[in-house]
Amino acid sequence: MPSLMFDVAHLLAGSMLVLSFLLLYQDRIAAVINVFALQAIALALSVAWQALVQDAPALFVTSALALVVKGFVVPTALHHIIRRLEIDREIEQIIGGGPTILTGLGLVALSILLMQPVGEVNVYAREDLAFALAVILLGLLMMITRRNAVTQVVGFMSLENGLILAATGAKGMPLVVEVSVAFSVLIAFIVFGVFVFRMRERFDTVDVSALDRFRGERAD
Amino acid sequence: MALIADLLLQAVQMVLVVAIAPAVLGVTRKVKARLLRRIGPPVLQPYRDLWKLMHKEAVLAENASWVYRIAPYLIFAATWVAAALVPSYATGLLFSWSADLIAIVALLGTARFALALAGMDVGTAFGGIGASREMMIASLAEPAMLLIVFTVALVAGTTQLSAVATLFATLSVGLRVSLGLGLFAFLFVAIAENARIPIDNPATHLELTMVHEAMVLEYSGRHLAMIEAAAALKLVLYFSLIACLFVPVGIAGPGAGPAALGIGLLAYLVKIFAFAVLLPIGETSVAKMRVFRYPIFLGSAFAAAALAVFLLFVSKGF
Repeated sequence: MPSLMFDVAHLLAGSMLVLSFLLLYQDRIAAVINVFALQAIALALSVAWQALVQDAPALFVTSALALVVKGFVVPTALHHIIRRLEIDREIEQIIGGGPTILTGLGLVALSILLMQPVGEVNVYAREDLAFALAVILLGLLMMITRRNAVTQVVGFMSLENGLILAATGAKGMPLVVEVSVAFSVLIAFIVFGVFVFRMRERFDTVDVSALDRFRGERAD
Repeated sequence: MALIADLLLQAVQMVLVVAIAPAVLGVTRKVKARLLRRIGPPVLQPYRDLWKLMHKEAVLAENASWVYRIAPYLIFAATWVAAALVPSYATGLLFSWSADLIAIVALLGTARFALALAGMDVGTAFGGIGASREMMIASLAEPAMLLIVFTVALVAGTTQLSAVATLFATLSVGLRVSLGLGLFAFLFVAIAENARIPIDNPATHLELTMVHEAMVLEYSGRHLAMIEAAAALKLVLYFSLIACLFVPVGIAGPGAGPAALGIGLLAYLVKIFAFAVLLPIGETSVAKMRVFRYPIFLGSAFAAAALAVFLLFVSKGF
């Protein structure tokens, strides 16, 4: 029954996009991490559904990786970090809440328009790529609008969720590539972790605007 | 003969919405009071209140103009027409061709316009501040409402409520994340439009937080009765909209027999009173918002509705 397959894939990918918006909207750091975990679980479900539909057992491995690593390990580690930094109850100032959401809606419209030509070849691929591109762009937007290093990391990880969604929709991404992407993201996560703690040691804050003074190009 | 039967069915709907409106309000008040560990007024108290207000003298301010006197009737009439058009227990009633979602939004807009005018007419400070806040809420809620209308129209291919409800009742539209988002946005809009917590408190008389109450502060007697009845009717209207758009289970189709109509009527009453119980549960679990937070609350409804429209474009193409 192709229409049910399509509907469920649409539902799961669409819920990832909705969770991306929740990430943009949410201003409590602990809640941001929880929403990120939910998005990873939605990603795992979506990938598992693709594995079922495309009859590609390798994708189940990807799904399990996403579920365990990004759904549980990374959020737990992030919760641990914010507890150690004592910012787990903090409310972050989002730069321009309303305009950010509007920009996000614009980005979604842009990615739908960009993926329009793909639709003539394959409707499923178009939908999947449009959602994935939107999730990627929203992750980028989140990295721009946040000032806290931890939530910037979450933005980066959510961007990577979008990459995996794109990869599973387009048939034939080899597992080797996926594993290496996942590995590089883990490395990036560790680098970020070290960065956050070093920053905390040196400036007593994880607000990245504290770094502005130390940029070479500023004359003042 | 067929025409008379059709007229009769339409009349049943028109009378039904007015008849149950105070009871629905009474149930929400009772449930809310019980949740706060109070006894609460009897469920039928709103009927008695309306009866009492009808027989009291209507006091008019000295500088009240004709706008102030006709506004309550205008508000009640516009709300009643809108509520009578929304399919409640059956689709395909005699006047259902005019039951267009956009027309209903426009009728409610007319009622709101009259209320805001009446609030400003006497020239007291409260009326003015209430009217200005009401307009602010309306200017935020209406775009979201129209986007929800577009979502439903894109799925169903029409804005005519009767046709939409008939289509959705067959469950042939499948699993739609857009409709879920639409429901989410619609709940937010309904809360704002009906002046419920967290946007407004219908039971408050604290000056700083009043919106709806501030506008009708000067009214008394039969005028106040009309306005209160219209407020109760508006709540029923929004409940009926949710019932016919998002849970159209059991609604009788066009040309249904008496048995189907009976089931439809029963299903409608069950749905409406279930909503009347759910609303105060939701209300008691959140706190009233500051006025300056309204744009964020209604902005998220707008964003959800816009997202719903976008998602439909992804799956359908242009």
